[in-house]
Amino acid sequence: MQINDLLNHTSEWLKGTGPNSDIVISSRIRLARNLNKIPFPHWADKGQLDEVVNTVSAAVAKVSLLKKSTLFELAKLDSIDKQFLVERHLMSIEHAQKTEHKAVLVSEEEIISVMINEEDHLRIQLMQSGFNLFEAWNIINAVDDDLAKLLDYAFLPDFGYLTACPTNTGTGMRGSVMLHLPALVMSRQIERVLAAIAKLSFTTRGLYGEGTQASGNFFQISNQVSLGHSENEIIENINGLIRQIIEQETQAREIMLSKSKEVLEDRINRSLGILKSARIITSQETIELLSMIRLGSDLGMIRGIDRRIINELFITTQPAHLQKLENKKLSSQDRDLKRAELIRNKLNLI
Amino acid sequence: MLCDICGKNPATVHLTEIIDEQMNELHLCEDCARNKSAAMEQQFGLSDLLAGMADFGKPSAAEKEEAVNAKCPACGLTYADFKKVGRLGCGECYNAFRGYLAPLLKRIHGSNQHIGKNPSKVKTSSRMYKKKANLEDLRNQLQQAIQKEAFEEAARLRDMIKEIERKKES
Repeated sequence: MQINDLLNHTSEWLKGTGPNSDIVISSRIRLARNLNKIPFPHWADKGQLDEVVNTVSAAVAKVSLLKKSTLFELAKLDSIDKQFLVERHLMSIEHAQKTEHKAVLVSEEEIISVMINEEDHLRIQLMQSGFNLFEAWNIINAVDDDLAKLLDYAFLPDFGYLTACPTNTGTGMRGSVMLHLPALVMSRQIERVLAAIAKLSFTTRGLYGEGTQASGNFFQISNQVSLGHSENEIIENINGLIRQIIEQETQAREIMLSKSKEVLEDRINRSLGILKSARIITSQETIELLSMIRLGSDLGMIRGIDRRIINELFITTQPAHLQKLENKKLSSQDRDLKRAELIRNKLNLI
Repeated sequence: MLCDICGKNPATVHLTEIIDEQMNELHLCEDCARNKSAAMEQQFGLSDLLAGMADFGKPSAAEKEEAVNAKCPACGLTYADFKKVGRLGCGECYNAFRGYLAPLLKRIHGSNQHIGKNPSKVKTSSRMYKKKANLEDLRNQLQQAIQKEAFEEAARLRDMIKEIERKKES
């Protein structure tokens, strides 16, 4: 598989299917693992980092669920390719910086990815469409079991999996759910909800993880505690919280429908109008307007636009994706033109 | 009173900053206050937070001195290095700094006792056994969900069990 092969392909997590997919975009689980007796990436020398890449890539080749995956050495990729992988959520923004001795493994269908030498030697992640953390856990758990037979993980019975940062020690697990909460944002209830989430020791982030701002009404919620609870308990806790947020968003949508249907319809259709006719559009405006038409499609106000097409546009209108589609470097102004063209083509076909 | 930063909007947020024991009062409008608080959060990163926590509860100067000088025999990272960067050097650091890390982990996670999966158990158990245990786990979870009257959850678990059983048969 080449990077360009990913371009014409929809990632599994974008398919807009799975439980509660009107509100939940995707569910993700990541496991942090390190090899015994080798310093963590920030403290390791070049030889040790290469040893990690070699050891891990040899091991993944033997894991049945990872057989058809591709390893990308980051130092060999250009900056657009790296950003492209970040936009597809296959690796973190941090991983794309200072790329010597780093790699990322991407499985077929882009369900599983393994970052090698990010903050930890291995960051195994699995993404699913919709509200599906347990299923994500069952698959990633099997992959981790297979890897544990081939690799000597750094582990202590009392502290669990040992990680570079003590905030990940224990299970090394972070479960995240990406939510689309336009009604809670529009009804100005979101601050209250986010404050409650923080009190329960969960974190909220934007579309691209740590340090990114929430935009287009998308919020990624994940557990902070990774030690002292089993993996199942952690998932159960996240699920409990997410169910409540889904309920609140559903209620907020119902109230908006009953009290201000015309205003909502106006806003949604204006958003569609702009997307269908704009000649220049920034990625920020795109995300905000796509968020509105996604809501319109969920509420049945806009018919005939598949959720999958809207989901895809969130990703294909991002800077690196546009440049890969055009197969050349584009200035910010050129991207705004191409982005508008791409959206018009997709939406006017329908 | 107008906002100290933009000088345009009325100041509605009153903030007292203490930087190096210098007290400074700021009167801000809502927008500028929001920007200011975002900037402050950025300045105060995770490594500061961890470094601050790593000192907590170690009152005596002698103990502090000892902690700073402690060194991991495997990778050479000192506890002072850890406090500076907020990252440990290798797995062995957890044994070398056990006395300091155990209370730190407890403050971060509310516990310092791992009860999740264990890679050495995975190695000794065959795959078949693992699958059975998983199914059993799910059945237990299903029972618990029914008792808690969490029916949505129960339905989901039931479907998962069915799916696994179906795969087994085929």
